[in-house]
Amino acid sequence: MMNTSAPNAAVVTPHTQPREVLPVPALSVKAVDKRYSNGTIALQAVDLTIQAGEFVSLLGPSGCGKSTLLKMFAGLETPTQGQLEWWGQPYSTTGATNGWRISMVFQEPTLMPWATIEENVRLPLDLAKMPRQRANQLVAEALSGVGLDKFAHALPRELSGGMQMRASLARALVTKPDLLLLDEPFGALDEFTRNRLDADLRNLWQQNNMTVVFVTHSIYEAVYISSRVVMMQARPGRVIANLPIDGPTLRDAAYRVSDPFMQQCKALSELISDAHHDAVH
Amino acid sequence: MTHDTTTRPSAQIRHALQRLLPNMKIVAPVLVGVLLLVIWQMTCTLGHIPSYLVPAPSVIATQFVQDAPLLLGSLLATLKITLLAFLCATILGVLIALLFVQSPLIEASLFPYAILLQVTPIVAIAPLIIIWVKNMTAALVLCAMLVALFPMISNTVLGLRSVNSGLIHLFRINRASRWQTLVRLRIPSALPYFFGGLRISSGLSLIGAVVAEFVAGTGGNGAGLAYQILQAGFQLNIPRLFAALLLITLTGVILFGITDWMARICLRGWHESQL
Repeated sequence: MMNTSAPNAAVVTPHTQPREVLPVPALSVKAVDKRYSNGTIALQAVDLTIQAGEFVSLLGPSGCGKSTLLKMFAGLETPTQGQLEWWGQPYSTTGATNGWRISMVFQEPTLMPWATIEENVRLPLDLAKMPRQRANQLVAEALSGVGLDKFAHALPRELSGGMQMRASLARALVTKPDLLLLDEPFGALDEFTRNRLDADLRNLWQQNNMTVVFVTHSIYEAVYISSRVVMMQARPGRVIANLPIDGPTLRDAAYRVSDPFMQQCKALSELISDAHHDAVH
Repeated sequence: MTHDTTTRPSAQIRHALQRLLPNMKIVAPVLVGVLLLVIWQMTCTLGHIPSYLVPAPSVIATQFVQDAPLLLGSLLATLKITLLAFLCATILGVLIALLFVQSPLIEASLFPYAILLQVTPIVAIAPLIIIWVKNMTAALVLCAMLVALFPMISNTVLGLRSVNSGLIHLFRINRASRWQTLVRLRIPSALPYFFGGLRISSGLSLIGAVVAEFVAGTGGNGAGLAYQILQAGFQLNIPRLFAALLLITLTGVILFGITDWMARICLRGWHESQL
């Protein structure tokens, strides 16, 4: 599937039929360590498997290595020790992952200030040299998917923070990724906007056949949005718990105040305070 | 326009000031200039200061009209050197900056020499350049360019490096080639810095051109404004000296204005400096 002579060509070939669920996990992490040259241990002995189609939240305090782990998933960081596999394959040196597409959403909207929203969203397709007409069609779909169709020709600074984040999300989705990585994407937004975007992201995950890894430090957000929460702890960064979330597939605003939701938030809070207790004593 | 504002004088004044405010950036400096000219003129006239020491503005203006063909011809000569030097400094500066950001090794090896270029006084090396380069125009352009080059290099290098790290990551995840990253990300990111360099270099090209003409001291048909200043100084024709000086200053201001306008056009809408 991978073509080294034209690695870009494989990136955006649109799905013609639904991809069958493979027996291999989307991501597998085996005994991964990350040590920086200054001696900081960002990650220690991390083992984690993420199945295709899962919505996993990495939850933990700052400094627990959740962002570092996410960057590894994106191929932006390499482990000091251990092994990482994407659909059972290593990330090749050229950055290609055997035809599977990876997108990432950052903490900031990270839009090019000189380009319109449409041009920003089209960037991944332009970089892959997709014909303009087909690209514009996909951009229009992605923009309407996040409710920004009326703002295609606006500049980023003309949009609110929440709308900029939507544009960033549209840019990540425009390639129809198999793996979507989000690094505390809505952390800087107000609670109302954040709840809206959480709900929209969940819907987009259900509509598009993709695996999502979502980094957050909010227990409520993690429980609301994901199908599984991976708890991490700092100094050194490590995984301390794996908690499947039992919730309805369709989660509306009522779910946020329901008893099962509250109970799972409580369970997670207790896990955190236990871990903190162990760390202090 | 309420009844209140039309009756109370203080409100009327405030209202008139508010209406003027958008033009304040033009009106205020012009007023200051006119005031200074009036003071200058009156000091010269009332103090009976001889025009070979400090000529009054009216004397300078008369001299300027008299010498217009001579001075404008010299202006063209100086302008030619300035613009050629500015163009060369811009192109060469950007090319050198692009080379520097290709690898830290290249930058580490060459940057000290770029600094050397900056700290060596042009008057010290201009005689050498004029001896080495046969063509006088080329020699003058080379001198002026050396003065204007460094800000172009350092600003463009800074700009090419000042790229949002998130966007760099985004380009990497999308497997952008070096060329794509340069054209679609680094160059647009560098534009505000590039224009900052352009603004500094435009003035320096003019200064470089005048200094080079001073050192070369070439007269004749293609004599620049610097030569006219030198000659006027020797002949104690101080009004002409002032007229030539005025032309140089005006040229510098116009050059600055043009680069500023270009920055405004290119960055309007997205960069903080132009909002």
